[in-house]
This record gives sequence, C-alpha cells and structure tokens, in this order.
Amino acid sequence: MMELIWLIPLIPLLGFIVNGLGQYNFSKSLIGMVGCGTVLGAFILSCMLFGQVLDARYAGGDASFTYQLFEWISVGGFSLNFSFLLDPLSALMLLIITGIGFLIHLYSYSYMREDEAFGRFFAYLNLFIFFMLLLVLGSNYLIMFIGWEGVGLCSYLLIGFWYKNSSYASAAKKAFVMNRIGDLGFLIAVFAIIATFGTLEYAEVFSKASEFPMGDATLLLITLLLFIAATGKSAQIPLFTWLPDAMAGPTPVSALIHAATMVTAGIYMIIRSNILFTLSPLTMQIIAAIGVATALIAAFIAVTQNDIKKVLAYSTVSQLGYMFLGLGVGAFTGAFFHVMTHAFFKALLFLGAGSVIHAMHHEQDMRRMGGLKKYMPITYITMLLGTIAIAGIPPFSGFFSKDEILAFTFHANPLLWGLGFVAALFTAFYMFRMLFLTFFGKFRGTTDQANHLHESPIQMTVPLMVLAVLAVVGGIINLPSALGGGHWLANFLSPIFANTYARVPEVHLDHNTEYILMGVAAVSAIVMAIIAYQKYVKKSEVPQEDGAVQGTLYKLSYHKLYVDELYAALFVKPLNALSKLLYKVVDKSGIDGVVNGVASLISASGRGIRQWQSGYVGFYIFMMVLGVAAILLYGLLNI
Amino acid sequence: MDSIIQNIQGIPLNHYLIFCSVIFAIGVIGVLIRRNVIIIMMSIELMLNSVNLLLAAFSAYRGDASGQVFVFFVMALAAAEVAVGLAIVIMVYRNTKSVDIESLSKLRW
Repeated sequence: MMELIWLIPLIPLLGFIVNGLGQYNFSKSLIGMVGCGTVLGAFILSCMLFGQVLDARYAGGDASFTYQLFEWISVGGFSLNFSFLLDPLSALMLLIITGIGFLIHLYSYSYMREDEAFGRFFAYLNLFIFFMLLLVLGSNYLIMFIGWEGVGLCSYLLIGFWYKNSSYASAAKKAFVMNRIGDLGFLIAVFAIIATFGTLEYAEVFSKASEFPMGDATLLLITLLLFIAATGKSAQIPLFTWLPDAMAGPTPVSALIHAATMVTAGIYMIIRSNILFTLSPLTMQIIAAIGVATALIAAFIAVTQNDIKKVLAYSTVSQLGYMFLGLGVGAFTGAFFHVMTHAFFKALLFLGAGSVIHAMHHEQDMRRMGGLKKYMPITYITMLLGTIAIAGIPPFSGFFSKDEILAFTFHANPLLWGLGFVAALFTAFYMFRMLFLTFFGKFRGTTDQANHLHESPIQMTVPLMVLAVLAVVGGIINLPSALGGGHWLANFLSPIFANTYARVPEVHLDHNTEYILMGVAAVSAIVMAIIAYQKYVKKSEVPQEDGAVQGTLYKLSYHKLYVDELYAALFVKPLNALSKLLYKVVDKSGIDGVVNGVASLISASGRGIRQWQSGYVGFYIFMMVLGVAAILLYGLLNI
Repeated sequence: MDSIIQNIQGIPLNHYLIFCSVIFAIGVIGVLIRRNVIIIMMSIELMLNSVNLLLAAFSAYRGDASGQVFVFFVMALAAAEVAVGLAIVIMVYRNTKSVDIESLSKLRW
C-alpha cells in the first residue's frame, strides 16, 4: 500500500496537465470530470493510507512510514532524498486536503460553470492540490519548501483569476509579495538548519535537536525565522493584510486556499517542528503574543465589515490567531484540532457565502441582502450550523477546539486567556451579525435581484450539507476527558510529540477549572448571539452607509485600523519614492548615461572620421601610395 | 639560351635597378596625377611591367628560374585585371558619358 503514496500528489498533477493543455478544447463536463475525478482519486488513496496508519497506531507503533522515491541531491557530505513521510499528522492533513478539496471542486463545477476560463480554473485548483500534498507529504524541509512556494504561486494565480480587473490583479500581487517576505524567512531557516544539523530530514533534525539545551540561541534563530515564514503564509501580524484582499478570487478559492488548507500550512509546519519550538521558550511566547493580538485585532475589524466575504476573511485571520495562540502555549494538539474543525466550518461558511453571492448575482454587500432564508433554505440552515460551530456554542465542533486552546492558555497565562476570551466574544457577535443581516429581515436589494433569488443547484448544496455535518459532529474526534471523551486526536498524534513530551511534561488540566471555562465561554457566546439578534433582527438595524460612518471605535474598525494606510505610508510610499529616485538618478542618468554616452561617442567619432571617405578615387590612391611609401621608409630605417 | 643570359649579364645589375625604379615611379606618378581612367590603367600596367623586368633581371643574374615563373604569373594576373578593369570602364562610360576618374565620386558615405 505504501508504494502507492507517490500517486496521491501525482494524480492531481496529471489533472493539472490534462486540464491545462485541454482548457480551450475540452467540454466543460469533461474538464469538471477530470478536475473532480483526480482529487477524488487522491482522496480514496488517502483514505486507504489513513486506514493503514490507523491500524499501525492501534497496534501500538508510532505509525511513521518513509517512502523514498529517489536520491535528489548529493553534494559532498550532504545528501537529500526526495521522499515522502506518512505519519498520523500528514495522514490527517491528507484527508483534510483531498476530502475538503474534492467537495470544493464539486462545488466549483457548478459555481464557475458560466465562467469562460473554466478549464484554467480547474487546472489551477488541481495544481494547488498537488503542491499542498507535496507540502504535507515531504519528509524533509526542502520538499515542504517546494510545496510552500507552489501553494503561494497557486494562491497568486487564483486570487488574480479575474485578472482583467486591475484591483483584483493588485490584490494578487499584494498576496504574493507578502508571502515572499515570509518565504525568505523559511529559506534562511532551511540554510540555518543545514548549517546546524547537517541534514534536512525531519527525523534526523528532530532527534539531533532534542539533545540541545533549553533556550539554545541557534534554535531561537531557526524558530524565529520559521515563525516569520508562518506569519506570511498564515496571515498573522504583521503580514496579515493580504488575506482580506485575497477575497478578490472566486469564492471556492477562498474556501479552499484561504480558509481550509493553505493558510494552515504555517500551523502544520510549526506542529511538525514542535521540538524545535518547545526548546525555544522565547519564540513560543512571541507566537502566543502575536497569535492573541491577531485574533483580537482581526475580530475587532470583522465586527463592522459589510462585505460578506471580508467578514469571513477577518474571521479566518482571527481563527488562525487562535491556532497560533494554542501553539504558543504548547497546545499543539489543540491547535491542530482547531485546524481541522476550522477547515470544516470555515469552508462551509465560505461556500455558503458563495451560494448567497451566486443567488445575488455577485452582490457581496450585506446591506443589500436580508431575508434570504425563505429563498435559500438549505444554504440558510447549513450556514446557521457553521455559524453556531464557529461561535463556540456547544456541542458543535468549534466549541471543543476553541475550548481546548483557551483551557491550555488559561493554564499558561490567565491574561492571554482573557484576551482570547474577548476575541471569542467578538467572534460570536460578528458571525451572528453576518447571519442575521444576510438571512433575516426584509430583502434590501434591487427588485431585479429579488426576482432572481433561487436556491443553488445540487452540486453546490451537497458539499454544503456534507460540510455542515462535519462542522456539527467534528468535535467528537477530540472530546476532552472532562466531558468523558478519550482525547482520541491527542492519542493518535502523540508519536509526533514524543520528543517534546520527553522534555516538557504533558499538561493535564484540572477538570473543575475546565468546566468553569467551558461554561463561561458557552454562556457568553450565546449572550453575544442574543445581543446580535436584538440589534439586527428585533430592531432590524442596517450598518451605516460608507460615507456616513460615525463613532471613533466604529470608524477605527470600519477602516481596518488603518493598517493598510500605515503600511502604505511606512513601506510602500518610501519604496516608491526610492524607486523613483533610483529611476531618475541611477537609471536615467547613471546607467542610461553610460550606455547612451558610449553610443554618442562612437557616432561622433564616426561623423569625424567619415570626412576622409571623400569618394574621390584619386585621393584614395594618393593615400595608399603615401601609406606604401611610409611602410617602405620604415622598413629602410629599420634594416 | 646561354647567349641571352650573357647578353643580360653584359649590362650591370644597377642599371636594371635604376631603369625599373624610374619606370615604376613614372607609373605611380601617372596613376596619381592623371584623371583619365584608361591612362591610369596604362600607368598600372607600366608599374607591373617594371617589376616584371626586374624579376627577369634578377632571375638571369642568380641563375634561378623561379623569377621567370613569377613573371608569368604577373602577366596572367595583369591580363585578367585589364579585362575586368576595361569592362568596368566601359560600363562607367555608358552611364556617365565620361572616363574621368572624378566622375566616380559616388562611392562614399
């Protein structure tokens, strides 16, 4: 069975090649079949391999299989294999990527049906799946880096999918540039790992690293660089502003890349390197601080956004902040648990938003929606379930994962817990605000839109329903022991953290504290939902129009804390000014001056010398005779 | 054959040298100062033949036949050159109704 592991990334790659080459000739049905079929194939293979990992885990092993394809680089004492690693962590990631990926492909088949670049869209999606699989399957940092760069490329291509709109194209550019900043950190970290450990293979690096002392300076450098990479890919402060702009891409892309899979790559990478991070307590503190700050700020901004996708984007940034908070306080399992549940409910919410946008003919402003629940019952119910899940109301999945992170945070630092708790309050409020504005009250769009409101076709509602089920029951995979659960996920993943647990004892939370935390979180989430209900359904308030935004806090939140403006003033404008200066001084007068100077020197000397070329044959002969005479004279004098 | 060599050697080599230099100089001056293309070509012929004469003289004095072989080469070359040159002159005359070398001043920038 293990021999088939290379097929998992290969099948989507084949789909990319076939769809990429045939995008102009194939019919849309064929493109859709190839696009969805390849991901389905990868999903089936992933399930089979997951079964094998499961068996190995139940048999008591650490269930870590390495499959070497070929030796890739061999220079001096350094060698690198192109090999795949299948262990509980990568097996779960495989399921998420191919499973949710397949649902989103299926959804896209209907959502993108009217688009003329249908084939290109599916080719890019398949390419993305390929790179994402490479990222999680690689058994060393370099293969992860290939996938890391590849998903960034696909993200760029898909954000700028409708590249004829220049603001979409510049959103794609922004995402790419911000990702590059993080990628540089990753690259330097890779070099630092080679310099320190002499290898990039996970197993060797981690076993060597576990002999380092706590707080080692080299490890601190490596982990900080890796964390910079993670802030770029997973949209954390200070590199988070690309993710809201990335909503320029088609909605399925937002669901797949910018909610469920790619943005969690940073978390996957840190979980994978958990021993390095555990041995750098300073980095862990920074991660926790950045994570909670991101969660709070993004949640604060999300409260006043009116674009349905922007709300979800900031919510994603905020949830990613939670995951980093979890990582920072050592709750690796909790962070991964949240990655999984977040993938379920955020993909669901994005696809639901896509369904709404589809029905509204590409209207994304919630102030123009309202009362959609009677037109789109399936979308309404599934999105309601997703909203309850993300808000953290029991017994839906989001409650358990968020609770686990918050409980660990409380154990590590009550202040961080307080901040995270406030962010959770915001989350519950803005998610219900979005739900109520969209589905409740009276329809506020044009009559033309009202006449065309309809439920989406079955290819779009089936993924919604499947994801809704997962979002509801997803919590059972890691039920806390306080609620009589068995921490299945934590047990399943424990071989990944073996090195870490050897150094730092596993945290066991006091059940009574946990009950109190759960109760507080659940009750306050419900209270926030009720406040949102009062405000937007009972009083049927509609958010202020763009021109007439009142109130300092509201303005701050509405204008996204002016972070984009701050970055523009701090980085973009000085860079532009520097570029202009370089263009005018160095390029225009320096480089161009040298090039044009040489050219004009030559043409001036040519103008001078061509006077000799009089055209009179007599003159030429005279000069020739003079020359011959001169040569003779020279010869005579030198005999 | 021997009598021809003796006849040639009867005149001192210096005489040949001076005579040939004079003819060569006349040819050069002719090329430089005359404007008629045909006369210029004749002057060139004069230079070639002065060299031929000198080659023959050296050949006789040194008893080496290769000098005479060179003379034949030069004669063949001169014949070819004249054939091509005269053809050009005829074409020039047809186009410009003149054989004046100054009429060929188009060949410049």
